[in-house]
Amino acid sequence: MDREKRNHLIRIAAAIAVVYGVILILEFTLRPTSILFTVLRKGAIYSLVAVSMNLLNGFTGLFSLGQAGFMLIGAYTYAILTMPVSVKQSERVYKYYECIVGFDTGSLIGLIAAGLMAAFFAFLIGLPVLRLKSDYLAIATLGFAEIVRAIFQWDVLGPLTNGANLLREYKDLTRIYLPFTDIPFPPTLFVFIVAGVCILLIVLLINSSYGRAFKAIRDDETAAEAMGINLFRHKELSFVISSFFAGISGALLAMFQYTVQAQQFKTMMTYEILLIVVIGGIGSISGSCIASFLYIALSEWWLRGLDMGEFLGIAAPDLFRSGFRRLVFSVIIMVIVLFFSKGLMGDKELSYEHLKQKLSSLRKKRRASA
Amino acid sequence: MKELLRLENVTMQFGGVVAVNNLSMTVGEGEIVALIGPNGAGKTTAFNCITGVYEPTNGKIIYDGNTIIVNHPSGKMKRAYAGYEADMYLSEKTLNPTPDRITELGIARTFQNIRLFRSMTVFQNVLTAMHLRAKENVFSAVLRISWKEERQMEAETEKLLREQGLWELRDENATSLPYGLQRRLEIARALATRPHLLLLDEPAAGMNPQETQELAAFIREIKERYDLTVLMIEHHMDLVMTISDRIYVLDFGSLIAQGHPEEIQSNQRVIDAYLGVAEDV
Repeated sequence: MDREKRNHLIRIAAAIAVVYGVILILEFTLRPTSILFTVLRKGAIYSLVAVSMNLLNGFTGLFSLGQAGFMLIGAYTYAILTMPVSVKQSERVYKYYECIVGFDTGSLIGLIAAGLMAAFFAFLIGLPVLRLKSDYLAIATLGFAEIVRAIFQWDVLGPLTNGANLLREYKDLTRIYLPFTDIPFPPTLFVFIVAGVCILLIVLLINSSYGRAFKAIRDDETAAEAMGINLFRHKELSFVISSFFAGISGALLAMFQYTVQAQQFKTMMTYEILLIVVIGGIGSISGSCIASFLYIALSEWWLRGLDMGEFLGIAAPDLFRSGFRRLVFSVIIMVIVLFFSKGLMGDKELSYEHLKQKLSSLRKKRRASA
Repeated sequence: MKELLRLENVTMQFGGVVAVNNLSMTVGEGEIVALIGPNGAGKTTAFNCITGVYEPTNGKIIYDGNTIIVNHPSGKMKRAYAGYEADMYLSEKTLNPTPDRITELGIARTFQNIRLFRSMTVFQNVLTAMHLRAKENVFSAVLRISWKEERQMEAETEKLLREQGLWELRDENATSLPYGLQRRLEIARALATRPHLLLLDEPAAGMNPQETQELAAFIREIKERYDLTVLMIEHHMDLVMTISDRIYVLDFGSLIAQGHPEEIQSNQRVIDAYLGVAEDV
């Protein structure tokens, strides 16, 4: 039993090491503008936010739709904090306002602050909102995300948020360096390290005593309460932690995009994340990660030809016009939802044993048909 | 004998329905006390008042010498209140803790319709209930600084499961167990919160006579082993009469009799409540 467990851990560690090794090799071999990097970076960022949403929706049973709002708070916090003072005082970014933030921080502090700020807002919002149940909670958090988006574009907050205008020239992925040197940090690797550490922390949380308490609340609130689990405190805890990581992923998204504007963090974004969680499997961390890479690869890369006139070698400029990709994409999602009603992974995690089982069942099927 | 639990004038009114009416009862330390009555008599409602699931409309509950729950009719209920002693607890500060606080004080319960954690194994069900007594905080739990405590919780779970004869089934999904074992697991899970007072809501529901007899022995055994006081709701009269020290009988929310099993068996009001009264035509 224990040995099995150790082997399992070793295999996971090896798989993770291989992934990071491949990323590092790609960084030094491929053109930095390669589409693969876009997919990998955005996929990793979406993995993190999908896992954070899964912590709330899949493991604690709280149907919350505030993710985009917390990402926005994280993105703005990061951008405002890490923008160099010289840029803040110049007219390049704050054109119509005088920036009131007179200091700047490193990117690591910026990332953590982004998480903390989102967590702080989550704490305040959670006090009234977490007393609501199911659909009502979803509506309240959705409303919160919309309000945040509106407030961040408000004129009065201009000296802080630059109103409805862009924020840029902060420490984005091209402006990060190895500590104490001028050597640029490999950007994709950076995104993977930050997202990886965060997801690892969430996994550790889920497998701890607190994680079990969350799952107990999901399974049966009355029984959980009777076993001495304080519902409100644990829901609040899950909400705050989930938002902390959503904030960090928002900051990563800001780094990835080079610019931030409150406009982008629409409800659509939350739905995208929810879709990833559902496709991956509610209650499966590895499912969320796989689904987010697939989703990003499909929407940003593989189906791109459908908008450009040529797809899989078929040239049909009349049919494959911009917008056609969305149509095909929705059909694919419908097919996935119809045939994998519990998502790709259900509530299981990807593991060596799981793969082995799948393979052997496939082989059996083939033998039976032969 | 020391008194462990005391209910004073507990009334629970839903709208116009008085589900529990002016119930006063005591449970002494080390006793097995049964609460019986026909269907709909308010037994489970009384349980829910004790465990904090409901806020009683009026009345006071004292556990181990400390007042844990006090309430009096207020707001809309002030006018609608149809029970007794409406003014008795006006001067006292209302106290309505959540169920987890009650469990923390040492009162654990099981449910009439079994409520196990569906997605978890037998082992995890019991381990989850250990969370209450864990001293770790989120950070030490996530960073595994408190791994020693975690190990200890696992060891205690193993001990508990072995004692309950559930160890062989530890990796089974909790809801895939046969009915009787699910009940036993629910009791084991309640024991994991380290209670002094155990509330059992129809532990023998759905059991055959053989299983019921085993259950009687089982309840006696855990009572001795874990130094418990037991308050239970039960319909199986043979179980109630063999193991309880004292019995309270509820009918339509009110207490109609109390006493030792022999006294209850011969009590005319109890017989009437269960069998109905012949009306003179």
